[in-house]
Amino acid sequence: MRPEAAELPPEPEAAASPLVSIRDLRTYYSIRGSFADRLVGREAGVVRAVDGVSLDIRRGEVLGLVGESGSGKTTLGRTLLGLARATSGNVDFEGQEITRLPEREFRAVRRRMQVVFQDPHASLNPAMTIGQSVGHPFQIHGLERNRDRLRLRVSEMLERVGLAPAEAYLDKYPSDLSGGQKQRAVIARALILNPVMLVADEPVSMLDMSVRAKILELLLALKHDFDLTYLYITHDLATARFFCDRIAIMYLGRIVEIGPAAAIYADPKHPYTRALLRAIPEPDPERAVPRDLPRGEVPDAARPPLGCHFHPRCPNAFEPCGWESRDLRELLEARWARDAGREGVEEEEALFGDLSALDVPSPEVRFPPPRGRRPEEIVAALERIRSQDPGEPFWKGVERLEAQDAHVRLDFHPPNDPRLERTGEVDVACHLYGSAPR
Amino acid sequence: MAVEARPAPRSPHGRARLMALGRATKPIREARGTARVMLWAGAAITLFFIVLAVFAPLISPYGFSEYKSGGVRFPQLAHPSAAHWMGTTVQSSDVMARVIWGAQTELEVVAIALVMALTIGVPLGLLSGYFGGPLDRALVVVMDALFAFPYLLIAIVIAFLLSNSSIGGGILTAAIAITVAYVPLYFRVVRNHVISLREEAYVDAARALGARPRTIIRKYVFFNVVQNVPPIATLNAADAILLLAALGFLGYGIQPTQGAEWGYDINRAVSDASSGIWWTGLFPGLAIVLLVTGLTLLGEGLNETLNPVLRRRRFGRIDFEPLPEEML
Ligand SMILES: Nc1ncnc2c1ncn2[C@@H]1O[C@H](COP(=O)(O)OP(=O)(O)OP(=O)(O)O)[C@@H](O)[C@H]1O
Ligand code: SF4
Ligand SMILES: [Mg+2]
Repeated sequence: MRPEAAELPPEPEAAASPLVSIRDLRTYYSIRGSFADRLVGREAGVVRAVDGVSLDIRRGEVLGLVGESGSGKTTLGRTLLGLARATSGNVDFEGQEITRLPEREFRAVRRRMQVVFQDPHASLNPAMTIGQSVGHPFQIHGLERNRDRLRLRVSEMLERVGLAPAEAYLDKYPSDLSGGQKQRAVIARALILNPVMLVADEPVSMLDMSVRAKILELLLALKHDFDLTYLYITHDLATARFFCDRIAIMYLGRIVEIGPAAAIYADPKHPYTRALLRAIPEPDPERAVPRDLPRGEVPDAARPPLGCHFHPRCPNAFEPCGWESRDLRELLEARWARDAGREGVEEEEALFGDLSALDVPSPEVRFPPPRGRRPEEIVAALERIRSQDPGEPFWKGVERLEAQDAHVRLDFHPPNDPRLERTGEVDVACHLYGSAPR
Repeated sequence: MAVEARPAPRSPHGRARLMALGRATKPIREARGTARVMLWAGAAITLFFIVLAVFAPLISPYGFSEYKSGGVRFPQLAHPSAAHWMGTTVQSSDVMARVIWGAQTELEVVAIALVMALTIGVPLGLLSGYFGGPLDRALVVVMDALFAFPYLLIAIVIAFLLSNSSIGGGILTAAIAITVAYVPLYFRVVRNHVISLREEAYVDAARALGARPRTIIRKYVFFNVVQNVPPIATLNAADAILLLAALGFLGYGIQPTQGAEWGYDINRAVSDASSGIWWTGLFPGLAIVLLVTGLTLLGEGLNETLNPVLRRRRFGRIDFEPLPEEML
């Protein structure tokens, strides 16, 4: 076993080394600032699309990567494929570290790891025939120069993915094909060089309902015939259930739960997974995910919450989950929005004054009261708010609330990043489980 | 397996190429409505001038600077007549001959200029757009600076600089002047298109397949960019005709010894107009208007049919339009 694998608890059943082994992978996108920012060489900020992911993909398995929009699934896939640069961390593919390979050397990896993107309409070059597109990998890697033999290989592959007779498709252009047929052609192109690994990024989400199942069945059959390993990225927990051997749940750049599909569906551990699973019966799986989730939107990946990224939305959150200044602002604003117009609300807003000081993420809040107010008044108001809704998880995080040196002082429990820990059959990153400090 | 069952196609590759051609021209063949009318009217007018230009030696009754025939000098400033359908100029040359030979000059200059502008502007735009980085930024600054000047001004400066060099005041000088004026346009259009294509999933897919940048640019980017070029180039040709005529009118174009040129002729005709001599200016002027209209119709027609996305995008026209009516 390689040394870095020691970070994860040993898995007795995975005796053979995994095909892909990801360790603490981070992929940040820099957000372009204004022209002035760039002049002085200042980055306006980073989006932490993938923010410390560790996972193994075993030979021959289908690993499902599930999460809401913006959780970084596509970015993780693109980092594996070398289409996005890893900021730090490692990806080990077939025993080779690939995150720092130069583009030229990555070309060899690309014969072994292929991708099917979400949008079949955009994945094929509109200026190439299906035959040219599907055969192009051979030419790119200089593997087959004889045009008749190439045509033969392409025909075989087309028929294998259900575009039969191949003659009817070879000279067609993508615009002549339906979405399902295009996706079949894309799959043919991805598999024609016989890779070991396929990243399928929501391969059916843009297809008609009627063809989705057929394409998924095709992918399963091909996996069997070609001995493939899949990373299957999806929104849709319902199809992931029958398609995947294992499931990784991703939230804001991190894996929050990973384990055998059956175990995850039977006994979801992480509060986020539970929320996702409650949302399943929704007929339109694209929409299902966010709707039933507890309070709030997915936070901005450029400024993720401290501690557990899920804590602002988590119904079970408690002391160590990472409570911080922005949660206070959120709490107050939600309260004022809910009670707008009611007696006393405006006075309360005036009492707190400008909340922008709370935008700097910190577990220790110090802010001066607005002019003419005393900090004690604000502390009293906060105590009153607490007494009105003592069940609100936010208050569990508050360790200390007092007036000090003409400031309001609010200390939260120190934030703590939950790490993936083995709980039963799965690994969960949540302080409710494992040996996290309470 | 399925291989034997398939009837052996005679030459699949040749056939594929034919089909590709058929596909490329399909929108043109299937154009409907105004687009169709514009397309065919424009093509007919343009073709007419191309025929004039190519067969000028056969069609034209005289050479462009001929002033006598069979030892007999032509009359000066003669009215249009059976002998000289469009009359003669003050130098006794035949106006119709000058109009016909002029077509040759105009089309030659514009063709050379377009080829040069395309061979410079398109590759630069492709590389700049695909690779980005410092090269891109530098090119954008230079091209934008050039683009900010009126075409005519750039062309005059270049023509002026070159007229003192060994190239002289001929067709090539005019073509280079026009080329420099138009390179920034192609560069911009191509670069911006490449930047949008770079985000396309199929370009990513090509990278994921292991294609080299060269292959991606050639097979995935270039082919999708060139589709925009015919309409732009045709509209540009119309502009270039006006530009060349403007250069000629101002005395920076083709020198009279090198060929007949409509703008120059109009310039010479300005003084005639005040004395009621209309034919020396009207016919070259009409030729300009007709050819520019033809090319514009063709270009807009192509634009409508090939490029629904780019529809209605306007390309800068030069401000100076030597319309004969204003001078008469
Ligand atoms: N090229 C980019 N530049 C800057 N930010 C990006 C880029 N691509 C993605 N992001 C940001 O990174 C985060 C993760 O995006 P990503 O596309 O990986 O999520 P996803 O889980 O695939 O979402 P979806 O389900 O919508 O496809 C998002 O906040 C997104 O806005
Ligand atoms: S650590 Fe667990 S309990 Fe705490 S916020 Fe995160 S998901 Fe909720
Ligand atoms: Mg995605």
